[in-house]
Amino acid sequence: MAFDYDKYIRPGKLPHIWCPGCGHGIVMKGLIRAIDTCGLEKNNTAIVSGIGCASRLPGYLDFCTLHTAHGRAAAFATGVKMAKPEMNVILVGGDGDGTAIGGNHFIHACRRNIDMTYIIMNNNIYGMTGGQFSPCTPTGAKASTTPYGNPDPAFDIAKLAIGAGATFVARGTAYHATQIDKLITEAIQHKGFSVVEILDDCPTTYGRRNKFKSVIEMMNRLKDVAVPVKAAEKMTAEQLQGKILTGVLYKEERPNYTDEYAKVIARAK
Amino acid sequence: MEKKLPTIEIIEKYCKGCHICVEFCPTKVLEMKGFVASVKNLEACIKCMQCELRCPDFAIKVSA
Ligand SMILES: Cc1ncc(C[n+]2csc(CCOP(=O)(O)OP(=O)(O)O)c2C)c(N)n1
Ligand code: SF4
Ligand code: SF4
Ligand code: SF4
Repeated sequence: MAFDYDKYIRPGKLPHIWCPGCGHGIVMKGLIRAIDTCGLEKNNTAIVSGIGCASRLPGYLDFCTLHTAHGRAAAFATGVKMAKPEMNVILVGGDGDGTAIGGNHFIHACRRNIDMTYIIMNNNIYGMTGGQFSPCTPTGAKASTTPYGNPDPAFDIAKLAIGAGATFVARGTAYHATQIDKLITEAIQHKGFSVVEILDDCPTTYGRRNKFKSVIEMMNRLKDVAVPVKAAEKMTAEQLQGKILTGVLYKEERPNYTDEYAKVIARAK
Repeated sequence: MEKKLPTIEIIEKYCKGCHICVEFCPTKVLEMKGFVASVKNLEACIKCMQCELRCPDFAIKVSA
């Protein structure tokens, strides 16, 4: 049966603003299915974003939503969670929003292990502002600000999150649509700070500059580059050259921030 | 027994013509008609739902 997305979308908001073939729409659908699976209530769920094309996502969803300042989704979301620990808090945004201007908020949310879920749509570029390079633009790739090729190495968002203390870290792609909601569902159900990176495509500002002839070529790249963690165990270093691992990459149980803070409040009384 | 065909609804005002559904349908059920997707060969549909899942624009619905 066709899935009823309309139930979760604010009336009259579609069609959305994203370009033809932009993967953000595929991620939004995955998030909606995950929310449905987890049975999250609209009035008890906050969806928080910063600024960017990806960060436009909460505007479409019929939940408690916050569209904040560039890079500050984690800061605002932390405020929501501290004020209302019983609320489900989901953050969404792009690689630029989350790892450049918002990098500091991101790592500290990981460190504190606040019980929230962060979905980062990594399209390797600042889409909204016309294709400037981000900390996730691959070395050598072209952006409007690196017309001769990007000299910088890119962040590995998953490794960054694990290193900073996130207790659930997963990665999927916009091509592997069925996997998106499974990863997000598991992330939402995890108690602690969970990060789901979705490798995404921006045909408009990244694809064109980097010799992708079409959306389909970008999708095929996502299909080819992804290797599930289980499959990777049986592969040699040579076979894994240039590949990116997908699936649940890391999981641990550790005290979460709101529970620990409640103890501080109790001690202070 | 006759096979029950699915219904594939394409919401034309949402479709942005990205070709994703057409390209990745395993049995080539869909085609582009101008700028929007359309159903070419419904009989071949195996109801895998991949077109619906991957459409970024909420423009295609498959009901078994
Ligand atoms: C303080 C501040 N600095 C810069 C900007 C301009 N700006 C808007 S969106 C954006 C980048 C968005 O890129 P990303 O988060 O990767 O999302 P995408 O658009 O690619 O989905 C920038 C730099 C801003 N809005 N506010
Ligand atoms: S500019 Fe890029 S990221 Fe923004 S909507 Fe278009 S394709 Fe998506
Ligand atoms: S459900 Fe599967 S087989 Fe049927 S049109 Fe969609 S992608 Fe093709
Ligand atoms: S995937 Fe959706 S938007 Fe793209 S061509 Fe097919 S129906 Fe249209």
